[in-house]
Amino acid sequence: MSRAARGLALSAVLLAALPWVPGLDGNFARSLLSQMGIAAIFAISYNLLLGQTGLLSFGHAVYFGLGGYAAIHLLRAVNGGVPIPVPLVPIAGALAGLAAGIVFGAVATRRAGTIFALITLGVGELVHAASLMLPGLFGGEEGITASRTKAPHLLGLDLGSQVQVYYVIASWLLVTALVALAFMRTPVGRMCNAVRDNPERAEFIGYNPRRVRFLACSVAAMLAGLAGGLHAINYEIVTSDAVGATRSGEVLLMVYIGGVHHFIGAILGAVAITWLQVSLSNYTTAWLLYLGLFFMAIILYAPGGLAAIVVKHLAIVRNRAMGSVLRAYALALPAAMMMVAGAATLVEIAYRLSTQPEAGTRMKLFWIPMNAATAWPWLGAAGIATIGFLLLRRAAPRVRAAWDTALHG
Amino acid sequence: MRRNAQLSSLFLAAALYTGAACADFKIAYIDPLSGGAASAGVSAQKHVIFYADKINAAGGLNGEKIEVLSYDNKVSPQESLIVLKKALDEGARIVFQGNGSAVAHAITDAVLKHNERNPGKEVLYFNYAAIDPALTNEKCHFWHFRFDADVDMKMGALTDTIARDPRIKKVYLINQDYSFGKAVSAAARSMLAAKRPDIQIVGDELHPLQKVQDFSPYVAKIKASGADTVITGNWSNDMLLLFKAGKDAGLKVNYFTYYGGGLGSVPAIGKDGIGALKQVTEYHNNVLPQVDPDEAAFHKRFTDKADEFYYWRLKNTFAMLAAAAAKAKSNDPVRLARALEGLKLDTVLGPMEMRADNHQLLQPLFVSTLSDKVKNGLEGTSLGFATDRKIDAKDTALPTTCKMQRPS
Amino acid sequence: MLELATFSLLNGVVYGLLLFMLSSGLTLIFSMMGVLNFAHASFFMLGAYFSYQAGRWIGFWPALVITPLACGIVGALVERYGLRKVHPQGHVAEILFTFGLSYVIGELVIMAWGRGPIENRVPASIDFPIFTLMGTSYPFYKAMMMAISAGMFAFLWLAFKRTRVGLVIQAALTHPQMVGALGHDVPRLFVLVFAIGSALAGLAGVIGGFALLTEPNMAVALGPIVFVVVVVGGLGSIPGAFIASMLIGIVQTFAVALDYALLDLFKAMGVSVAANSALRELYAIKIAQAAPILPYFLLVLVLIVRPRGIMGTRDQ
Repeated sequence: MSRAARGLALSAVLLAALPWVPGLDGNFARSLLSQMGIAAIFAISYNLLLGQTGLLSFGHAVYFGLGGYAAIHLLRAVNGGVPIPVPLVPIAGALAGLAAGIVFGAVATRRAGTIFALITLGVGELVHAASLMLPGLFGGEEGITASRTKAPHLLGLDLGSQVQVYYVIASWLLVTALVALAFMRTPVGRMCNAVRDNPERAEFIGYNPRRVRFLACSVAAMLAGLAGGLHAINYEIVTSDAVGATRSGEVLLMVYIGGVHHFIGAILGAVAITWLQVSLSNYTTAWLLYLGLFFMAIILYAPGGLAAIVVKHLAIVRNRAMGSVLRAYALALPAAMMMVAGAATLVEIAYRLSTQPEAGTRMKLFWIPMNAATAWPWLGAAGIATIGFLLLRRAAPRVRAAWDTALHG
Repeated sequence: MRRNAQLSSLFLAAALYTGAACADFKIAYIDPLSGGAASAGVSAQKHVIFYADKINAAGGLNGEKIEVLSYDNKVSPQESLIVLKKALDEGARIVFQGNGSAVAHAITDAVLKHNERNPGKEVLYFNYAAIDPALTNEKCHFWHFRFDADVDMKMGALTDTIARDPRIKKVYLINQDYSFGKAVSAAARSMLAAKRPDIQIVGDELHPLQKVQDFSPYVAKIKASGADTVITGNWSNDMLLLFKAGKDAGLKVNYFTYYGGGLGSVPAIGKDGIGALKQVTEYHNNVLPQVDPDEAAFHKRFTDKADEFYYWRLKNTFAMLAAAAAKAKSNDPVRLARALEGLKLDTVLGPMEMRADNHQLLQPLFVSTLSDKVKNGLEGTSLGFATDRKIDAKDTALPTTCKMQRPS
Repeated sequence: MLELATFSLLNGVVYGLLLFMLSSGLTLIFSMMGVLNFAHASFFMLGAYFSYQAGRWIGFWPALVITPLACGIVGALVERYGLRKVHPQGHVAEILFTFGLSYVIGELVIMAWGRGPIENRVPASIDFPIFTLMGTSYPFYKAMMMAISAGMFAFLWLAFKRTRVGLVIQAALTHPQMVGALGHDVPRLFVLVFAIGSALAGLAGVIGGFALLTEPNMAVALGPIVFVVVVVGGLGSIPGAFIASMLIGIVQTFAVALDYALLDLFKAMGVSVAANSALRELYAIKIAQAAPILPYFLLVLVLIVRPRGIMGTRDQ
């Protein structure tokens, strides 16, 4: 068996087993897994633009949303008697995404860099506004609903339970990963990298960078449309936020935090951000602040994202040098935790006072009861954060040195 | 791919909380608790907790204590469906939601599908603020109950008041460009035509939802039309900015609003709204001769000046829930729903009734005007609303197109 | 009709000048540093909140001076401890950094002042009608806004075309090594530029805060339109930004006054559209309804037809 085939088989087995892992076998966890799968497809598609071709888009949700609308319209037709099995409905989304990608891509990919980013921003705002102005096509603010169960059943699956939907999404995730990996290995995919790194040179050797960007944009749009189609099946509703700027921003955060230079990065980012969004917001109202700070920290200190961190540690493990790195971590980690805990305490107290004054000033953070009306929680937290910060600054060179020796001997 | 799967499963297994079931009666509160619309969501959340605690202090529902599970939906229909699944997983038997008709459409649809697919695990949807008429007409179903008067009922109250004022001759409609705003505009047109055919509608504007920063151009248009009255369903910023632009240009008109007295409005509008700003609600804090004991207790518990006792309908909602539980002698959602149908209760403001044919609560409505000569001010100001007209519950009823399908 | 036209023009000019106030700092930063600052509208919002707070403590007029300074200092810190580190990674990383910053500033504002709109009223000392025309009054603070906006334009124009520092900064963008070799501290110049840009946004925030509504979402609401101005005017061109601001302000304001749809045009031309036609919905949209999306339409159009904008000199 070739390496690729082995990887594929293993991924398939893992994806199949995931919803039966204890803790993940609840309805909600399966729904979260489904959501992560959709986000992963969307992120893989976005990374074809940002990571592979170096195109920063602020309007990728346009393709996602239009794909979603196409799929939900088809699903309604299926509800009305058109005999198409529901697991194939996302193909309509992919086609709609592709069509939109061809139309908008032809316009946007004439430029790269900042201008491309701005065109996508403008197109995103236009499509979003249009989706609210044309309620016949887009259903207005309340969107369009359909039912995934009122349809012909393929292999006896009625898609009534979440786990069946999860398997549909997981299958399409595998397909997407294959398509994206295959695309990256084609000459066009390689040229995408060349156009990203040095468009002049790509042009000299006979490739039109505009054409290459256009092709990348179309393929990315198609996969985004597929994600939108799956979204339509999972939620059985598509609304105008599917094409909105927030979703475009989200996928950007996912891919960048996950890491743009590795294929796995997009998936990692999609899983992490989806999880943060759904669960962190249950614990703290300040979750958007933490997400923003996390994103900025990644840009400043780990531009390769989570994937680069993982890859680095795998290399360290291969070099059998994990021991010395762990020793350095043992110094840095408590310092980092002190800093984060102190800062988070400050944030939580401040949020409590400004956004939930009714909850009173007495609160419990990190298992410690405190009263925000008095000075000591503030001073204590600020002190802990400062000490943590100073210690971390002392520990950071050691960590860096440990990495260097571990990686380069 | 592979790494991803391993990592994510670890991640999830470690992080997900799968709560143990206990015997409480769980209700899920799904509304914005973060982001731009959070102030309304947080305020209603306080009311829900307040009344749940009150019922619990009196012994609970048939002996079961109510537990309120809160979920942040960020006013997004999609996010609402995600947290709804979570709420159902955690055993919620009633879902409370109100902010945003778009979210309400998503939830009502999802609740219907869930109950069809999971017989024996039904859940009810208590809608306390989403007032698109469709929800109790063409989109109605057995599991949805609305505790706020819908667009048409409120417009009925407003137009009754307008019809009695002979000084009103030219009306300008300005609304947000989406289902709710369009419903307001349509209701105003048809009801004014029926009640006062001599009134001229000199403008019918739809502007983008929450996107307009400066309403001066719209105000210039209103001014040029010679209107003496503006009817608007605008809420939140769209309401405040419209009023502000009107004030800057010296526009002298009456504003008949749905949400002119919404949270945060009165301090922002200030004394310029006296006599001009009118609203239709089921309650304001000068309705009763003395302060309602619940209102006093609420203020004792929530002391910030922004903590207004705004959601009287949630008082009605919980009164109805308690009465239904007593009548059904069970907390089973299906039985509760049956008990709620046609349930009548007397309140200090008059009788109220849950219509059986479309699950719309009929409660008294009040049209009121902002005034500085009131006993109780709002949100730390000396301004409050004074009642112009009271409409009894039975007079708010309108015909419905709902064809209620009940489980057999 | 005349009345509507007059006031639409006046409102359009005021809105245009407000847009210019907002976008001038962004144009400055872009033209000098090549950084497309996504957090610019967030500095504007910070200005609105700072001036509200300072106004309560020390009064409006001192706040008018202190707020831009405070925003400038925040901007300087962001440049020195954030952007500078990201700079070697290229423009995409810079844009992303400011994108993240806009999230963080928005949340910090909520942390300090809560989620709802705050009572940022027009200060009593400038809240009176300056004149009344055809029964419509015109508030003084809007006139003040126009004056400040015009002042900003003059300042930027003179400071960067006519002073030595301005010329050095401009040179530093294209030839940083050369300027550095001539003994100028280029990184410090960048800090200065970013601080001035942020201060201008802060100053705009003082006025814009009470002209619009001061709430944590204002940056998100205004952010995209500022980009439209900067792009349509020509990336990095101050006069271009001025012209684009006025153009967008006036076009958008007049569009609101026009209750015509394509359907009316067809009717006038004798073309009839079937009531069940799929495109009917599109044809029935009034210009007034479409007014707020016109800027984005303009943005896409300009980027396709003339990517350098009205007055721009560079494509990228």
